[in-house]
Parts: sequence; structure tokens; C-alpha cells
Amino acid sequence: MEKAICNTTIEVNEEGFMINFSEWNKEIGEELAREAMIELSERHWEIIEYIQDEHRKEVPLSIRKIGKSGVVDIKEFYALFPKAPLKTATKIAGVPKPASCI
Amino acid sequence: MKRLVILGAGTAGTMMANHLDHELNPSEWEIVIIDERKEHYYQPGYLFLPFDIYTPEDIIKPIQKFIPKKVQLLNEKIEKINAKENEVWLSKGESLHYDVLIIATGAKIAPGEIQGMQGEEWYRTVFDFYTFEGALALRDKLRVWEGGKLVVHITEMPIKCPVAPLEFAFLADSFFRHKKMRDKVEITYVTPLDGAFTKPRATAALNHLLEEKNIAIESDFAIAEVDNENKKIIDYGGREIPFDLLVTVPTNKGDELMERSGLGDELNYVPTNKSTLQSMAFPDIFVLGDASNIPASKAGSVAHFQAEVLTKNILSYIKGEPMKEEFDGHANCFVETGNGKALLIDFNYTHEPVEGSFPFSGFGPLSLLKESRMNHIGKLAFKWVYWNVLLKGIPIPFVPAKMQEAGKHF
Ligand SMILES: Cc1cc2nc3c(=O)[nH]c(=O)nc-3n(C[C@H](O)[C@H](O)[C@H](O)COP(=O)(O)OP(=O)(O)OC[C@H]3O[C@@H](n4cnc5c(N)ncnc54)[C@H](O)[C@@H]3O)c2cc1C
Repeated sequence: MEKAICNTTIEVNEEGFMINFSEWNKEIGEELAREAMIELSERHWEIIEYIQDEHRKEVPLSIRKIGKSGVVDIKEFYALFPKAPLKTATKIAGVPKPASCI
Repeated sequence: MKRLVILGAGTAGTMMANHLDHELNPSEWEIVIIDERKEHYYQPGYLFLPFDIYTPEDIIKPIQKFIPKKVQLLNEKIEKINAKENEVWLSKGESLHYDVLIIATGAKIAPGEIQGMQGEEWYRTVFDFYTFEGALALRDKLRVWEGGKLVVHITEMPIKCPVAPLEFAFLADSFFRHKKMRDKVEITYVTPLDGAFTKPRATAALNHLLEEKNIAIESDFAIAEVDNENKKIIDYGGREIPFDLLVTVPTNKGDELMERSGLGDELNYVPTNKSTLQSMAFPDIFVLGDASNIPASKAGSVAHFQAEVLTKNILSYIKGEPMKEEFDGHANCFVETGNGKALLIDFNYTHEPVEGSFPFSGFGPLSLLKESRMNHIGKLAFKWVYWNVLLKGIPIPFVPAKMQEAGKHF
């Protein structure tokens, strides 16, 4: 489905995850964060960039992998993106919901 | 003489030994299979053992019984794979050369990954049912347990047979009903996922069943710690869930042998091409069953479909021909729902579990995604099929490796 955001439209699935990563930009990221009630800090951005890098390399994401990445530990990850950090962070980063769960 | 070595004589390794015994010319190829155990464990039976539905005798049989005579079975621990030299090192110091290697060492639980999980309550009020020892200890506990808060919990994905913990919760509900003590037991299902299952369509059906059976669900729970003293599990966000009896599925990992050999990912699974089942790192290594990192369910039925595909691919590889067969991620699982009923789900890489009938379109007799007594009989029959058909590498009649689309409602 289409979603109007930042004076443009993006393609999202029924859970609100972006379908085309190429449509993402920083402004959209900020708006998606606002919808998730998160104010993005420097630290948030570092993690979002890490997630996007991994996505470009087609590396599947999991909480465990992020915890071991050296970018952030799991505790801080939860503090930054409360409740379901991987889901929230990937949604803001514009990448598909991780399928670490089969 | 060339040598093909299979690591692990569990579900997948045994099936490959049987397939290849038929296919490879014995004057050209010698087949060796290695396992540290003497017994083959029917792991789907671990679900039924705690409830006194199966006995240990239903679950354990000698490995030897299922390995063809011409295949050499070595009962040893595998220490390391030296892939650059085409060698496998065994624990007693010998090494074995291979021309083709098949990795089928499966996955096992690693409770040590979570702080406190293997603490003083381990096998007192904290149990797993993913090992024979755990399932047996839990059986003894359930025989005498007087009720309280039962928490059924998944640590992190991926796990073997991702529906097994749900089935455990369903069976517990019906077990306590039969014992006339359901009112004394509060059942909570705790998962790191955002719902009952990994696939949205099946999740809707399963969430509904949880509600119907009065089982509470706590989702998005990423466990940080088991607090032995206060008997609760705590997640990274600070959420706490108290228990009197915790039945957990710890982190699942591939064998440590992969770490020692530099062949595994961070969970010791071997990076594998998801359609050909060839290792990403070495062309003469193939991987099937729970040991690989492919995005398919870790299930015996999946290993069965893979074995058919992999046998053809290995024959092509040996002849120097391109590997044409493609594994489509096909999984087919019975989900035990308690009270003598079960549902059946069938899916692959691209298709979600669907409704319909199985294996004959429009007729069944099994129904997909719907509870029925016939499905339950199917699940129990699976034990017979496993020991007598699956391990021997005999195709299941009417159930091909590739998922069929007729009779299913996509
Ligand atoms: C509780 C539970 C319920 C399940 N229910 C179902 C179900 O209903 N349907 C279904 O299809 N699947 C089910 N499964 C999953 C199924 O059992 C597995 O997917 C299947 O057994 C995988 O086969 P495998 O050969 O890859 O691994 P395994 O069968 O585990 O075999 C691995 C073998 O390798 C050996 N090995 C490992 N490392 C070494 C080493 N270093 N040296 C020597 N030997 C080694 C082990 O001893 C073992 O024999 C269930 C699993 C569990 C735990």
C-alpha cells in the first residue's frame, strides 16, 4: 500500500515496513521515528546506518548479531529503541522486517 | 577408490547414507558416516515424553540399525574439518581424507548463552524438552507437580521445529485438564516473536487457539536473565515474568566443531546455498538438515525433502555436471493442538502456510491449518513413518520434495 510522508509517497506493507529501501531518505527516517515516538540521537543514527549497511550486504539481522556487532550492546539497544528494538529500528531504517524467525 | 564422508548419523545423515548407498557405484565410491553417539534419538518424541504419551523406548534405537551394510559407520567424536586439505580429524587423533563431504551435524541447545538459565533451578523448576535428558526430567516433574504458574518460553530464533513450544503449551493445557487440575495452572506462552508463530497466516490461527485454551501470550520478549532466587525471567527492556515451572527452549546452535573448523556463522551454522545445498565456502562440501544456515525450518520433514534434492545434486557434481535441482524451502509440519487433535501446515520459501487439503487436493484426508482428529493421527503416525520410511530414504507416497499448489488456497 502507499503511504504519504514528507511530501512524497512510499510503498509500505501492512505492518508499515518500507518495501523499497531506495525510497528511503533521512527525512523519511526521522518521520518514521516520530511515528514510533522516538527522538533520534547521534547513537540512534549510528545503529540505523549499521543496519542499512548490513542490509546492503544482504546479511540477515538478529538481535544477537547487533549485540555482537561492537556498535551497541543489547541493553543499550533496548534503551534506545524500547520494547521491540530490532523491529522498530529496522522500520525506521527503511529495511524489511528481519526474518530471523522461521 | 573415492571417499564420501557424512558427518552426523541423525535424521539427515542417515537419510543421505541410504540414498547414496543406492546411487553410488561401490567399486568407485566408499561411503563413511561418523557419529559420536551409538543411539538415534527420535526428537519429535521429546514433545510427548514429558506427558507420558511416549516412553523412552519409543524414542531411542541403535544408529546401526538404519545404516546400510556397505556404509562404514564410525562411532567417534568429530574434532575438526580441515577443508583446505579435505580432511576430517577425529577425537582420537586419526584423520580421514574425503573427496566429497556432507555435513549433517544438526543443532543443539546452548542454555549457557543466557545468564542464570543453567543455574541452581536447572532441572528443578527450570527445564528444557529439546534434549532427551530434559524431556525425561520434565516428565518426572510433571508427574508430581501440584500446579502454579507454568511459563513456556522461547529464548531466541531460529530453533528446531519452531512450532514445538506451542505444541507443548497446547498439550500441557490438555494434560492438566485430564488430571482435573487445569484451574490450578496458569499457562503463559513467552516468545521473542511478535505473535505465536513466524508466519503471519499461521499466527492468526494459532493466536486464536491460544485464546480458546486460555493460554496467555507475552510477545516481543528478549530474555536477558533467569533469576533463580526470585523465580522469574527478565528481558532486556526490564519486563519480568514470574514462574513456578519454566519450560524453556534455550538458544539453538550448530555444533562447536564448526567454530573449531572456521566454517560456521555466529551461531555455528554453516553458510549454505539455499537452493543447491552446497557450502558457500568449499564446493566439495554439502550441508543439509539443522546444521545449515538456510532460511528454511529446522525440521525432519525439511531434511527429508532436502535429501532428495541433494542426492541428485551430488550425483551431478560428481559427474562434473551443473547442479540443476533446487530446494524450495518446503516444510510440512503437524502441529499438535491437544485433546487428540492437530493441525497441519505446509509452506516453502515463497508461500506462507495455507488452508486446503493434503496431500490430495480437494480430498485430504488431512486438512491444512485446521484442527482435526485426522491430523492428530497423522502426527502420531509420523513416528512409524520416521523409523520405517523416512530414515531409509524412501520417498513418502504422494508428498514430493517440491511443494504442490493444487488444492491449496493461497
Ligand atoms: C522437541 C522437538 C520436536 C520436533 N518435532 C518435529 C516434528 O514434529 N517434525 C519434524 O519434521 N521435525 C521435528 N523436530 C526437528 C527434527 O528432529 C530435526 O530437524 C532433525 O532431527 C534434524 O536432523 P539432522 O540430521 O540435521 O540433526 P540430528 O538429527 O540432530 O543429527 C545430528 C547428529 O550429528 C551428531 N553430531 C553432532 N556433532 C557431532 C560431532 N562433533 N561428532 C560426532 N557426531 C556429532 C549427533 O550426535 C547427531 O546424531 C523436532 C525437534 C525437537 C527438538
